[in-house]
Amino acid sequence: MSTHHTTMRSKDELREKWMKPDIITGSEILLRSLLLEGVECVFGYPGGAVLYIYDAMHGFDDFNHLLTRHEQGAIHAADGYARASGKVGVCIATSGPGATNLVTGIATAYMDSIPLVVITGNVATTLIGTDAFQEADITGITMPITKHSYLVRDVEDLPRVIHEAFHIASTGRKGPVLIDIPKDVSAAKTLFKPVTEIDIRGYNPTVSPNKYQVDKMIKAIEQAERPLILAGAGVVHSGAHDELLEFVNKSGIPVTTTLLGLGGFPSGHELWLGMPGMHGTYTANNAIQQADLLINVGARFDDRVTMKLEGFAPYAKIVHIDIDPAEIGKNVPTDIPIVGDILTTLKQANTVIKHTDNAEEWRNLVKQMKMDKPLRYIDSSDELKPQWVIEMIHDTTHGNAIVTTDVGQHQMWSAQYYRFNHPRSFITSGGLGTMGFGFPSAIGAQMANPDRTVVSINGDGGMQMCAQELAICAINNIPVKVAIINNQVLGMVRQWQEIIYDNRYSHIDLAGSPDFVKLAEAYGVRGFRATTKEEALQAWEEALNTPGPAVVEFVVRKHENVYPMVTQGCTIDQMIMGDSE
Amino acid sequence: MSATKHTIAVIVNDQPGVLQRVSGLFGRRGFNIESITVGASEEAGLSRMVIVTTGDDHMLEQIEKQLYKIIDVIKVVNLSSQAMVGRELALIKVKAEPSERPEVLGVVETFRASIVDIGPTTLVVQVVGDSVKIEAMIELLQPYGIREISRTGVTAMIRGSVTDSK
Repeated sequence: MSTHHTTMRSKDELREKWMKPDIITGSEILLRSLLLEGVECVFGYPGGAVLYIYDAMHGFDDFNHLLTRHEQGAIHAADGYARASGKVGVCIATSGPGATNLVTGIATAYMDSIPLVVITGNVATTLIGTDAFQEADITGITMPITKHSYLVRDVEDLPRVIHEAFHIASTGRKGPVLIDIPKDVSAAKTLFKPVTEIDIRGYNPTVSPNKYQVDKMIKAIEQAERPLILAGAGVVHSGAHDELLEFVNKSGIPVTTTLLGLGGFPSGHELWLGMPGMHGTYTANNAIQQADLLINVGARFDDRVTMKLEGFAPYAKIVHIDIDPAEIGKNVPTDIPIVGDILTTLKQANTVIKHTDNAEEWRNLVKQMKMDKPLRYIDSSDELKPQWVIEMIHDTTHGNAIVTTDVGQHQMWSAQYYRFNHPRSFITSGGLGTMGFGFPSAIGAQMANPDRTVVSINGDGGMQMCAQELAICAINNIPVKVAIINNQVLGMVRQWQEIIYDNRYSHIDLAGSPDFVKLAEAYGVRGFRATTKEEALQAWEEALNTPGPAVVEFVVRKHENVYPMVTQGCTIDQMIMGDSE
Repeated sequence: MSATKHTIAVIVNDQPGVLQRVSGLFGRRGFNIESITVGASEEAGLSRMVIVTTGDDHMLEQIEKQLYKIIDVIKVVNLSSQAMVGRELALIKVKAEPSERPEVLGVVETFRASIVDIGPTTLVVQVVGDSVKIEAMIELLQPYGIREISRTGVTAMIRGSVTDSK
């Protein structure tokens, strides 16, 4: 307790120091403003246009700066930090190529509504528009993939812009905000006047739902015989996992959670039906198709969830709760729209929700389906199966790890076979589907949660898109445990080529991949390889017991497919059950 | 649902890049822009855009909602859902030898348009009105030989004492 007290006091003292009205440069204003926003960790990469900012960071240790090996690594790490902590992730890059290297990361965060403040340098205001060295119009380039952006032309605007950026990124439907700072602005000196007020006329997200609409939902629930909840990322973003659990326990309505909603509801709950959609469970997909009331709680009816829109949830009255009014009715016509924050809305609903006695038969039906048609794969005694590896990782971490994934088959298997019970524990690029995201995002997640086990599950393809960040794990002893599910091909592309393109395998062979054990060791990270179950368990346990980072390569069979699978153009109950049949 | 023409007023912060934010949104979401006008509004720091678009009701709803997501957008008003005055100005450079001028002038007067420039073999006609009137004027001048047309696009306002910014 006494140490806690000291930290609080020194934080106040620090705050006072940062708030001091000194005449300082734009760069120092930036650093102080970040500190005043509560930033503890920044991921970045220096260059010409941010030299003043990096100069101000010389000998500065009020926040942690991690030097990644690629700007893309920096922004994915900031993204992982934000997803794992719920705080705003921050990254810095220089102008031109530094800034454009962030583009994929910005789009990744935008699609999944992740709060980021992205800081880029730019050439001096006098040079903007002249095609100067390392000049790129990054605010223009990123306009479609940012929630908002600023090009700061006057150092006087900096404190306000930074404060607004954090506010916009972290409220309403969250998202990335870019601040582009020309070199002369970061060099200019002025009297620092911290800004603590927010006054943005065109920005006022609706947090509290319309009570009349919530009542309509409650009435619809009372009348329903086959109600179902589709819970999405909004549950996690608004911190409403406890309220969702309370809502389900009180109402007795079964739940399916989208890819980004995993962890927003405990997977061990008897009313949890698994993930819906293209690789969703038999029960979740069929429940959607049979439901007479579908309550969408913070999901956006993504096409990978709905599949063919005509024929999606054909018998259901649709309730859609979302903080972003534009999501309501965008893809699926909605009967009861509720605009509001999920946490606030569920809290309100929980005061009046009653148990759905009408739905007893339905509950029994979905529970039976869940028992009859669980996720299944055919295990092998002589080959290592990727699904088995995921289950092994789950068991050895007791389902309590933070798991980040890359994109592809291993991502779907992780979603299916790692049974999540905690929010902010499954970190994956859902909307954009960004390969190269899995590993650097784990670094950010670990920085936000030094005491938790962070596992990064990757394919052999995606691991090679950002492998260079092994360096920052080694140097900073960031104990991320990297699992590489190596099937020697681009597995998901192979699966599509097998099923949809008639076995015409085109450019999927990843022959020529490095020896991942040697790659890890080249960076000073411990590496392991496993080809059997015994080796896998032993190597993985050893990796978990390694105090620092470790890489384990699991060599698995090439021809394994993710099932169930719904191909494009089909409704979600038209599933290929595959090996599990 | 059928596609119809809609006129929307968008009140925006007078900030660099705001036109790009709005037009970019229309482009990437596949909304159509028939015309767009931008100018100062009654309040310093705010501009009023008037956009004419075509789409069904679902698209119109999405346009309004997506526009509101732009931080620099203060207000969106569907003008054409109410009694509205819509006006456009066109400058039409028409070929007119001195001998043809009286005839052209006759057309211009009928439309309560005006001649704003006279060249050796051309006239510049200025016409103000709703888009239908402009189209009719162009059609009538066509036989004389139109050299150039420059149209402002529609600007519009709700009739009566109602304002879109309140």
